[in-house]
Amino acid sequence: MTTVGFSAAQIRDEVAAGGLSAVEVCRAALEQATTINPQLNAFNLIASERALSRAADIDRQRAAGHRLGPLAGVPVALKDNLCVRNMRTTASSRILEAYVPPYTATVVERLEAAGAVVIGKTNCDEFAMGSSNENSAFGPVRNPWVQDRTPGGSSGGSAVAVAAQCAPVALGSDTGGSIRQPASFCGVFGLKPTYGRVSRYGLLAFASSLDQIGPFTRTVSDAALTLGVIAGADRYDSTSSTIAVPDYSASLTGDVRGLRVGVPRAFVDDGVDPSVKRAFDAALDTLQMLGARLVDIDLPHAGYAIPVYYLVCTAEASSNLARYDGVRYGYRAADAREQDLKGMYSRTRDEGFGAEVKRRIVLGTYVLSAGYYDAFYMKALQVRTLMRRDYDAAFERADVVAMPTSPIPPFKLGEKTDDPLQMYLADIFTVSANLVGLPGISIPCGFADNLPIGFQLLGRPFDEATVLRAADAFERATDWHSRRPSLQGGPSGPP
Amino acid sequence: MSTDLSTADVERVAALAHLELTDAEKQLFTRQLADVLHYAEQIQALDTTGVPATAHVNVAQHERDDIQAPSLPVDEAIANAPDALPDAGLFRVPRVIGG
Repeated sequence: MTTVGFSAAQIRDEVAAGGLSAVEVCRAALEQATTINPQLNAFNLIASERALSRAADIDRQRAAGHRLGPLAGVPVALKDNLCVRNMRTTASSRILEAYVPPYTATVVERLEAAGAVVIGKTNCDEFAMGSSNENSAFGPVRNPWVQDRTPGGSSGGSAVAVAAQCAPVALGSDTGGSIRQPASFCGVFGLKPTYGRVSRYGLLAFASSLDQIGPFTRTVSDAALTLGVIAGADRYDSTSSTIAVPDYSASLTGDVRGLRVGVPRAFVDDGVDPSVKRAFDAALDTLQMLGARLVDIDLPHAGYAIPVYYLVCTAEASSNLARYDGVRYGYRAADAREQDLKGMYSRTRDEGFGAEVKRRIVLGTYVLSAGYYDAFYMKALQVRTLMRRDYDAAFERADVVAMPTSPIPPFKLGEKTDDPLQMYLADIFTVSANLVGLPGISIPCGFADNLPIGFQLLGRPFDEATVLRAADAFERATDWHSRRPSLQGGPSGPP
Repeated sequence: MSTDLSTADVERVAALAHLELTDAEKQLFTRQLADVLHYAEQIQALDTTGVPATAHVNVAQHERDDIQAPSLPVDEAIANAPDALPDAGLFRVPRVIGG
């Protein structure tokens, strides 16, 4: 019997009951990761030895009669921008290709304290900047459904790890859709919590007012379980909220009768691929059939989300990435000794960063520079306020807001790499949640030619419970989430 | 305002950001970022008179007491440095003064 298709909750229950050992679950996960990786390039690092040792600890704890945690023996993959002490963490960047953090991210501390077993670090767009996972110094990740397609980004490797059954749970980070969009492209659930719900300590910062960590899972109940473990205040992140963490699993009642689902019709009718539109409309029908009420809402400034997002996130990135200068950690240009200090910085950063990261640093520096600050950066922050007001008004009429996750199905690798603006425009439905700080989940809701399609539900700040409840009800009524890609003919398979 | 991004702008900004770009990168970024900025100009048509800026959505940031506590040991802090003097506990950089 293989355990790779098991949910986190199943594994936890079996391990706690003694039906499965954490070590055998871990071995199966590692084998799956090792098998798929040559084809899909989802992992930057598979930490077999450490994982097996941690799993053995769980089995020993059980044998000794200790109480096991809520994720006991559950294999977990981590996006490679989350620090783990003594485990190489690169953000898929050449500038950090040899970086070994001396500390562990709070989310990882909490997962491990709950009994989870980290199996490895997943590939992503460099410093989480990208929507296709093609901006990785270690090569693109491939979509397990159709391998010439992108898995989405930036957390593409984490989405693939879960879709290809290497782990029931993977963590990603979402700055403008980087959890929800790859979840949609890979046919799994991806949850971006409210800004401040989850500590960002130990996440390599991209845009600090937008970044949030969250899980990829194959069931909503695993997303609820994982969020319950990682959420909550942290003394190392002053933006983490002290609002009490509710029992998310208890909120999954399956009942959405009377739930008001807001649909921004004018916004979602514009520029959406017909296959996505069909799947989205069918998803709304399902929610209605379950007793939810569809409500028309208006988000007058939603159409400005892309410029606002790319002005804000690049400004923050240009500041955050100033720390990579070849002094305290990371890559330094080889001939640095012969240069002055500024020359060393500039050469190091040009050689260490990839094209998209440099493009964003230049753009961010530009919009913060004298003469352009007011016209671009400040203006964007004001429009961000208007967007918040739009959502405040929408949530007076609706309990959740529904829209497609991506306007298009997974596109071909290489299709948009020459045109950054076209790549950015495809983020139209995801970036608002980050600008406004809302929780959102991407839910599998269909296929177009064997390519997964997802839709998202956004909720009020700190109301993940309602978002999860609606997603769970949808999951119970449909079977899109249970389909798995058929992976065959891998280099490690039989000849 | 109309944005007419020039290669000289990209050079100036790259210097501010300590990025030594190749000529090919300067040309490419000028074209690509001019596209992005031109698209972004649409927000300038919105009337935002009197609208406050949202730099951060989190209204309830908490501060902790400023209490001295153990921190990263020096040897661990410099372990990732590309050029360090472990015995002295220092990062080493190219000469800054009197070169």
